[in-house]
Amino acid sequence: MARAIVNVPSQAKRGEIIEIKTLAAHPMETGFRRTQLGELIPRDIIRRFVCTYNGAEVFRVDLHPAMAANPLIAFTTVATESGTIAFQWAGDNGYAVTESASIRVE
Amino acid sequence: MARETRAIQDDDTTNPGMLWVLDGEALWNKKAGTTDRACAACHGDARTSMKGVAARYPAFDTARGRPVNLEQRINLCRTQRQKAAALAFESRELLALTAYVARQSRGLPINIAIDARTRPFLDAGRETFHRRQGQLNLACSQCHDDNWGKRLAGSVIPQAHPTGYPLYRLEWQGLGSFERRLRNCLIGIRAEPYAYGAPEFVDLELYLMWRANGMKIETPAVRP
Repeated sequence: MARAIVNVPSQAKRGEIIEIKTLAAHPMETGFRRTQLGELIPRDIIRRFVCTYNGAEVFRVDLHPAMAANPLIAFTTVATESGTIAFQWAGDNGYAVTESASIRVE
Repeated sequence: MARETRAIQDDDTTNPGMLWVLDGEALWNKKAGTTDRACAACHGDARTSMKGVAARYPAFDTARGRPVNLEQRINLCRTQRQKAAALAFESRELLALTAYVARQSRGLPINIAIDARTRPFLDAGRETFHRRQGQLNLACSQCHDDNWGKRLAGSVIPQAHPTGYPLYRLEWQGLGSFERRLRNCLIGIRAEPYAYGAPEFVDLELYLMWRANGMKIETPAVRP
């Protein structure tokens, strides 16, 4: 089940540095492991995570094999104006999840 | 348990176990079986109806004549009430439902009541805990009673209080049940692990939960 949890402060002061935490459910299979019969388990990872703030990209990550499952990505940005912060995860086998949160800036 | 691990556990937005809890909430409200009824159809809102339930399990089941753990109780409900197929042990669905039910008891003290019916099973669990087994000829008690607080490889040996199951183990990269943890321990002492749902496991779980009486439920816990 493609599921993600995001934590964005619901309100902030203008110019304040806010911390954003995201958690995505994903096995992050590296593609280097083998089954007990010796068959290679195909790679299945999240390739890219993008965060946009009112449409402008503020944070982006390229992910590679050897990342832990269910990656927790935490980062900071500056609260500039009220609006929507949107998150996108994209990966192998058509994995695509979007999530968004609204923030009020005073 | 390291401070950093506890910080991950205590924040619902960083605790990866919450991913299973949210799945469990969806399953709670999803119709299943030939009766086409969801858990919520009988039990209503889990936040009130399931509060404190996990703190009482394993509990005695009159039909079976022995204690059953939370996973088995969920499967009994599925097969007898919903007329649905039982969920496999360690399947994502069963872990999610168990985590969701147990999450409702977070912060409540474990409260295992022992009476004449359950006492023989408690004694059997205690006996298993103190019995040497496996090629290393170790009993559970030799690590968890005699040497707790010391280190086994890099990790501190705990007192074996099962307060947070099913829990997210960083080593597993996923959620796992108490029985999975017990199987790990048994393999570690080179003993043949019991099958999932085996009576020996449930007795041991009953004994360990009884020992932890009064400690607060932490489900879904995070452990290294």
